[in-house]
Amino acid sequence: MGDPEKQPGDAEASSALAGVLAEFASAEALVEAAAAVRAAGYRRWDCHSPFPVHGIDRAMGIRFTPLPWLVFAAGLTGAIVALLLQWWTNGVDYPLLISGKPLFGLPANIAVAFELIILFAGITAFVGCLALNQLPRFAHPLLRSERFRRATTDAMFISIEAADPQFDAAATPQWLQSLGATAVELCYEPVAGRAIPRPLLMAVVVLASLAVLPPLLIARARLVKSTEPRIHIITDMAFQPKYKMQAESPLFADGRAMRPPVPGAIADGQLQDDDHRYRGKLPDGRFATTFPMPLTEALMRRGQERFNIYCAVCHGLAGMGDGIIPQRTTARGKPWLPVSLHELSVRSQPVGQLFNTITNGIRTMPAYASQIPVEDRWAIILYVRALQRSRAATLDDVPAELRDKIR
Amino acid sequence: MTTIAPGIADNTVNDPSRRAPLVIGRQTPATVTEQVCRIAERPRPPLAWYVAFTVAASFTAIFFLLIGYLIVTGIGVWGNNRPVFWAFDIINFVFWVGIGHAGTLISAILFLFRQRWRTSINRAAEAMTIFAVICAATFPGIHIGRVWLAYWLAPYPNQMSIWPNFRSPLLWDVFAVSTYGTISALFWYLGMVPDLATLRDRATTRLRQFLYGLFALGWRGSARQWHVYERAYLLLAALATPLVLSVHSVVSFDFAVSVVPGWHTTIFPPYFVVGAIFSGFAMVVTLMVPARAFFGLKELVTLRHLENICKIILVTGLIVGYAYATEFFVAWYSGSPYEMFAFLNRATGPYAWAYWTMVSCNVLAPQLFWFRSWRTTPWKMFIVAILVNIGMWFERFVIIVISLSRDYLPSNWGYYKPTWVDILMLMGSFGLFFTLFLLFCRYLPMVAMAEVKVVLPHQPHAAGSEAQSG
Repeated sequence: MGDPEKQPGDAEASSALAGVLAEFASAEALVEAAAAVRAAGYRRWDCHSPFPVHGIDRAMGIRFTPLPWLVFAAGLTGAIVALLLQWWTNGVDYPLLISGKPLFGLPANIAVAFELIILFAGITAFVGCLALNQLPRFAHPLLRSERFRRATTDAMFISIEAADPQFDAAATPQWLQSLGATAVELCYEPVAGRAIPRPLLMAVVVLASLAVLPPLLIARARLVKSTEPRIHIITDMAFQPKYKMQAESPLFADGRAMRPPVPGAIADGQLQDDDHRYRGKLPDGRFATTFPMPLTEALMRRGQERFNIYCAVCHGLAGMGDGIIPQRTTARGKPWLPVSLHELSVRSQPVGQLFNTITNGIRTMPAYASQIPVEDRWAIILYVRALQRSRAATLDDVPAELRDKIR
Repeated sequence: MTTIAPGIADNTVNDPSRRAPLVIGRQTPATVTEQVCRIAERPRPPLAWYVAFTVAASFTAIFFLLIGYLIVTGIGVWGNNRPVFWAFDIINFVFWVGIGHAGTLISAILFLFRQRWRTSINRAAEAMTIFAVICAATFPGIHIGRVWLAYWLAPYPNQMSIWPNFRSPLLWDVFAVSTYGTISALFWYLGMVPDLATLRDRATTRLRQFLYGLFALGWRGSARQWHVYERAYLLLAALATPLVLSVHSVVSFDFAVSVVPGWHTTIFPPYFVVGAIFSGFAMVVTLMVPARAFFGLKELVTLRHLENICKIILVTGLIVGYAYATEFFVAWYSGSPYEMFAFLNRATGPYAWAYWTMVSCNVLAPQLFWFRSWRTTPWKMFIVAILVNIGMWFERFVIIVISLSRDYLPSNWGYYKPTWVDILMLMGSFGLFFTLFLLFCRYLPMVAMAEVKVVLPHQPHAAGSEAQSG
């Protein structure tokens, strides 16, 4: 016999008949009864057991679920997404050149692709299972039945919904009894659902309105230009408490962080305290008459080389004042001629004065201090002296052993 | 299909005429439910739980404090330095990931092989996997130094216009371990839904009813739902199987894809996977032997289950030993002086103590399982399992530290010493693991009741409200 009808639900809401629930003693009985229910033509019904019962799918005529196809499609999507992602990010958008490895190659990219296949497929299996089972569903008429609580422990049930066209409130429970049910009861559900409480509704509306703000702020930030630097949540070492070049500093009267060097400061290697060497002057201020370094053939050869580079363009290779620049100015009709180095006025100058001329220029000759280092200037002066000797030499200047060879 | 003779106390006897039962005692779905749910439902767990939880929680607290100290101060608090730039951090990572794999193997691979004995242990083993992956994931997370920039690992469009390097195994690792954690969690949770429904229906307090009901998602045990559920379970098992093989292979690529002698070998993927299963099963023994005793699950997690686990430990231990021998052979056969030196150095160099610890724990200790008494006596197998855990931790130490301490350039050789932070963090990770596991034992169904009910022996029984399984 069926249990007395229960009327669960709120006092305010009236209950409607949802269906009938019949308990069976064993899995075999359940399967037999299920086959009978199916044969009788019921459509909206179900079996319930604490574990999947062998043979129930066939007895109930449950069609194969499409879940495997969904999972397969998801896996395929995962593969395509992974391969596209890796190809585009590492191969096209910002090609990463790493020791000659190919920009896109399956050996490198298969690992991530495989993982994403599994990830997409697995998540789809889980979500698909819940969706196809219409879970979560917390309110169900069957869950209101006390007896039904044993469905998850050890009891087996068949339930038929009242919405099924063949359902009859009196006949169906009796018929189920005849199939061998140990207990039959009717199930009810509240007709009118509860209204959502106003405070909850207000809270949802307020939260939804507030939730619109962040995307709007982000959109605004992307469109509007700003003179402020970007917000750094973690500054790391980007902002350091030190003064950089060109920065302001409140510590000094002139407001500059960069301090000029102390007057009289000399850069390393720029002391140049040897007047003879660096300015061609004697301590008393007169021009030096000697060279500040030993005179060697190497120095002479260096002087020749440097003279030919820097000086011969105007003074000529022999110092006659017939270099290519004077030749051109003459050919153009506006002669601009340097003095010949063999003139007595030049020959009688002390070497220090020649040094001064090279360093600072004279008349229309520019200063060569920036092009010719100090040692090279002395080398050039040595060579100039040799050139001058070549035009103003006497027999006494020839070494004794070579006098016979003069023609 | 298991048959006959419930009530045999010792199901480790192999009788060719009939299959050994998988549960002991006259078990019905009701008694199974009662045995398992009682653990979560009793108002106070046994005192042993409180003691264990206090110890574990203290170590967890130490772990989190040290993580804070590490992040604020820097990696220098560890012993990592030239040339051993990877040490305890990566050892612990590989160790914990490896342990996780056994749970997936029990859940997924044994499911595909239709090994019905897995049903008693798969829930706890999967929980072990989840918690091991949590412990594992903290180490790569904190070892990067600037932890707050960890999101740079993800391929998101950024103002630097740059993307992660997909050709690096370190990035494959990110994808692999994340996928593994996600899929394991989904698999574990999906498996728990019917059992959470059981707890919901038996709940006596409003809070328990609400919480278990929330996570049970309204499960009704409907046959149509079971159909889809079974399909989803099978699909997840089929997906998790190649996943577990690929994840530890990708972890091994962290080493194999480099050129360090001792690392750059193709044996690493299978070697690591087998080693992971080996260490994971040892951890399962470490967890289940006390758990079944303290929580009264001896009839569901029987000696036969433990014996099967020990057999797997023996097999994988033999394979790991074979892998060690193969590495030596190939190092000699290759003729590469660097490779040969790397292996001789392991056995005879300054870290020889670690090497021989590893060999004796991994190769020698499991040989005890050839003897029946060692694989059917819980306290004996517990000892062997602890030794295997130690040995497998040292295997990762041997691979990582010894190879790095002496590689190509002798002027760059160095000896690594762990700091107190290293050691306490290792202990702290165990604390985290056991804390989570103890919480799982207390609040969640430790055994997959729905699956055990399927494998119960069929008992012809008089009619009544007790239902029988088919």
